[in-house]
Amino acid sequence: MAYSEKLLEHFKHPKNVGTMDKSSKNVGTGLVGAPECGDVMRLQIEVDSDSGMITDAKFKTFGCGSAIASSSLATEWLKGKSLDDAMKIDNMAIVEELALPPVKIHCSVLAEDAIKAAILDYQTKNGIVATATAEAHA
Amino acid sequence: MAQKRIYLDNNATTPCDPRVIDAMLPYFFEKHGNAASRNHPFGWEAEEGVDYAREQIANLLQVDSKEIIFTSGATESDNLALKGVFEMYRQKGNHIITVTTEHKAVLDTCDRLESQGAEITYLKVANDGLIDLAELEAAIKSNTIMVSVMWANNETGVIQPMKEIGDICKKKGILFMSDATQAVGKIPTYPKEMGIHLMAFTAHKMYGPKGVGALYVSRKNPRVKVTAQMDGGGHERGMRSGTLNVPGIVGFGKAAEICQKEMQTEAARLSKLRDRLQKTLQDRLEEVYINGNEEHRMPHVTNISFKHVEGEGLMMTFNQNIGLSSGSACTSASLEPSYVLVALGLGDDLAHSSLRFSLGRFTTDEDIDYTIEAIAEGANHMRDLSPIWEMYKEGVDLSNVEWSSH
Repeated sequence: MAYSEKLLEHFKHPKNVGTMDKSSKNVGTGLVGAPECGDVMRLQIEVDSDSGMITDAKFKTFGCGSAIASSSLATEWLKGKSLDDAMKIDNMAIVEELALPPVKIHCSVLAEDAIKAAILDYQTKNGIVATATAEAHA
Repeated sequence: MAQKRIYLDNNATTPCDPRVIDAMLPYFFEKHGNAASRNHPFGWEAEEGVDYAREQIANLLQVDSKEIIFTSGATESDNLALKGVFEMYRQKGNHIITVTTEHKAVLDTCDRLESQGAEITYLKVANDGLIDLAELEAAIKSNTIMVSVMWANNETGVIQPMKEIGDICKKKGILFMSDATQAVGKIPTYPKEMGIHLMAFTAHKMYGPKGVGALYVSRKNPRVKVTAQMDGGGHERGMRSGTLNVPGIVGFGKAAEICQKEMQTEAARLSKLRDRLQKTLQDRLEEVYINGNEEHRMPHVTNISFKHVEGEGLMMTFNQNIGLSSGSACTSASLEPSYVLVALGLGDDLAHSSLRFSLGRFTTDEDIDYTIEAIAEGANHMRDLSPIWEMYKEGVDLSNVEWSSH
């Protein structure tokens, strides 16, 4: 199974690896997956409360190459987006961008879940009514 | 520069030794006959080649050459032994005892037999991968006909107490079958000494070709018979019909001869390399665990978990240019990690974090040096990326975290 150049690039030189202060009011944190499933993604966003724009995003992921690349790509896409637009990021867009093979589609689903969980966390912290449901894919 | 490639997956398959290939070549064209053609020299030549190979293999196992039945591989040998014994001895009983960490060729065959009226007991293993002999003895009943325990495990290299199991089987008057695929040719495997009555193995795990295996079937004390699972010309003393794979068998024989000659020095060389690999990684990285009993273990195998590093991701850090196996099942349709490691009591997370290194005849010192560097660097890279490693370092008890399953 050969991986795409883009996927390998995100895996080898992942963008936006790091940790934000999860207690900060401007930060939303999404932690999804489980160690026993072999994937855990933690995705964090920093939001400008005036404009509602995502100013920064960071991640750390335990998982296979596709999971790491999916989360790296997700953080790239999140920066500069409004919360509403971020909510619309679909896992299939990640699948297409990284040319994920069918057995790895769950990695993109996890990334979408992490985005939604991070947004929900930010909104909950700031008493904002959710713009969409952050229900994880079953 | 061409990318360096290192092969440390010799438990999956071994390369065919060039000396084996040389021995095989004449049997594709010049000596192409059917070993069953009794009335012309073409057949005689082929038969001679097969007879000689049977002797070479019998020598390696210290058995009579008539006790070697050629098959297409260890999976077929396992099937023939289990199904053949079940059919042949059904009047005597229907109970078979095996172990949860067996290869699928045994487990799935047992599953099939269960649907045909067999009663199967699966023995558990301890954290080190070994079975409990008292538990085995207690599991034997009046309707037990056979115990099937693998000699060495494919994932961990753990060696079961064959002699002790053989003694119990002898005392109880039941058959003892062993899948010895990972052991034959690498450590001494003498079925008669161990009290084994049927033993499955294959050429391609001992530097022979793929597509040829054998089943040892005891002819004396006791004389064991198996019902053929393949009907036809009555080859192999009626136990396995089908034209013999003459070049494959000749290569199998040569492979056995070489293993016999080189086993001792090779086992010593490989265990030294293996121990260095293991020790250096343990020294250089935190939270590294060896899976399975280290004392009762094949000399060329080590199975290591790197806590909070996903195995397949780790392999990607070195572009998969080191051939290894991961206990993580991330590429398969299920997300279940290795059932063997889970049977050893490893949490699913440590099972996902495991790599199996199986060294071989063509593994060099330099290969091990390169591998140590690549793994140490890769594991550090993966830990820098790992949120659970970060949490672990902060002292978060991961078992108290509420994880969302997916």
